Amino acid sequence: MSLLEVQNLKVHFPVRRGMFRRASEFVRAVDDVSFRIEPGETVGLVGESGCGKTTLGRAIVRLIEPTAGSVRFQGTDITRLHGTALRDVRRKLQIIFQDPYSSLNPRMTVEDIVAEPLDVHRIARDARERRRRVQELLADVGLDPAYADRYPHEFSGGQRQRIGIARALALEPKLIVCDEPVSALDVSVQAQIINLLQDLQRKRGIACLFIAHDLAVVEHISRRVMVMYLGRIVESGDARELLRAPRHPYTRALISAVPVIDPESKRSRILLSGDAPSPIDPPSGCAFHPRCPIAVPQCRVETPRLEGETAHQTACHLSGQTKSAPRAELNKGQT
Amino acid sequence: MPLLDIQHLSVDFVSGDNAARAVDDVSLTVHPGETVCVVGESGCGKSVTALSIARLIPSPPARYAGGTILLNGKDVLRMTAAELQAVRGAVVSYVFQEPGASLNPVLRVGKQIREMLQRHRPDKADDEEVIRLLRLVQIPAPETRLRDYPFQMSGGMQQRVMIAMALASEPRLLVADEPTTALDVTIQAQILDLLRDLRRRLGMAILLITHNLGIVGDLADRVVVMYAGQVVEESPAEALLKNPLHPYTRALIASVPQPGRESERLAAIPGNVPRIGNFPPGCRFYPRCPSARPECATTMPELREVQPGRWVRCLYPESL
Repeated sequence: MSLLEVQNLKVHFPVRRGMFRRASEFVRAVDDVSFRIEPGETVGLVGESGCGKTTLGRAIVRLIEPTAGSVRFQGTDITRLHGTALRDVRRKLQIIFQDPYSSLNPRMTVEDIVAEPLDVHRIARDARERRRRVQELLADVGLDPAYADRYPHEFSGGQRQRIGIARALALEPKLIVCDEPVSALDVSVQAQIINLLQDLQRKRGIACLFIAHDLAVVEHISRRVMVMYLGRIVESGDARELLRAPRHPYTRALISAVPVIDPESKRSRILLSGDAPSPIDPPSGCAFHPRCPIAVPQCRVETPRLEGETAHQTACHLSGQTKSAPRAELNKGQT
Repeated sequence: MPLLDIQHLSVDFVSGDNAARAVDDVSLTVHPGETVCVVGESGCGKSVTALSIARLIPSPPARYAGGTILLNGKDVLRMTAAELQAVRGAVVSYVFQEPGASLNPVLRVGKQIREMLQRHRPDKADDEEVIRLLRLVQIPAPETRLRDYPFQMSGGMQQRVMIAMALASEPRLLVADEPTTALDVTIQAQILDLLRDLRRRLGMAILLITHNLGIVGDLADRVVVMYAGQVVEESPAEALLKNPLHPYTRALIASVPQPGRESERLAAIPGNVPRIGNFPPGCRFYPRCPSARPECATTMPELREVQPGRWVRCLYPESL
């Protein structure tokens, strides 16, 4: 049984306009997304701003209520849980946020921040055990346990992110949703946090949904990667395979847009024209077709489904034929 | 003669009786038509250096503690207010990180560009020229777009407008301070491509401030690496990326995950970026340096030329 099984998940936000604030339109932030995460597995989720990746991450831990679809965690559909049952699931399902500056309460000491989940779930028997547990957790994430009495403002960004990780680990979860955990950090500190997450996750067998906009970071940490565009997963597969032989034209453009340090890599860059369209009124058919360098008339009409063997799936009408030919086609599209 | 010649610049930030040095003895030059990247992490002094070129940091709190900034042969630090006004825009223009915060939200973008033209090229301050500039930065349908307010545009489009405004005065040097940091990668690629294209067509020099080493490989002729207020390495871009001499540069390159580069663990740099006013004595990278030796803790290394065009501030630089 998969640890997490998401099926046909939709999150639509109403756009209220006019005198009676009636919802006439919807932002389709997450539109019919399905995937699984096995115990101990790390799955990466990449996409640009507005693609719905954060909404998807939050819907999985039910910080945002899904509109439709199911999220099965250890076999139970958590979209229908309430009260105690939901709280019990959340013990095993934690989240780490992007901005370590706004996700820690500035008026609480580090000890209180890290121990808050223990308090909520009444896990520590007494103050001494609570303190001992906090100190263990701080040591686990590479912070000096003596820092327990300090406040968040006394720490750097990287250290704060470690505090956020300690808090997420406090309940010994089975799955952690990491929502852009390193993008607010300095370059030299990012690697520390990525290594820490990798170590913790291996040592404890925690599964992880790693959300980021940086493909290289995601490839580094994940075994499997999903690429999201305008609310849908357009490609998913083994991380290395997907980066080496991307099949969806959007994935290709995304990979080629990453600036590369190696001065000798003379890659042809695929420049996408324009911006991602609004998810309020996404383009018909394949939502990527207006920016796609290889779109055919069919793409305007028919929404492609995510298809292919489980190891590498693509939502593109042309994915069967794109292996070699469209490369040249794509390169022609560059400016 | 270099277009921009900064020599031994030091900038302090003064608060009461305390002064913290943010930029310490920084020298850098930009020749006409050249693209120079300044690379560093937060607090390294890269933005303060960049803003000093047009003296955009109010003093107080800033205090220019020493050095010269020759722009087109004249020292910016000794200019009168009127002379400064004459240099700003006409010689050097800026593009900042957050276009949304730099544009005036209540004026149409066409009007904002026209203001620049009125100030610098009054004979050309008409819609025709605004449209030409918008077209130059590849904004589709410029005839209608000039009537947009900033909020009607995406981040990438706003940044193009910022660039159009910077170009309106026909500067010889464009200073771009993290111009793509707030943008998505596919949009970042568009903006970098635009800068490359403009440099080629207008022969303008670019000083690009960034923390992203990938951008360096993409755009720069020469690179200046800053750490804790100092220049720690300066080199032609390709040589620096292939064979970094300073342990910090080397560590920085190694710590960035790259697509397709397989490695089990990233080579993280231990510790944190030191804060302004709290720089370690001796070599400032010493506490985090993988190849530090005891004398590094006490002796501040000089920036020296170890190969033609390659400067490094390290007692024991990586072998050439």
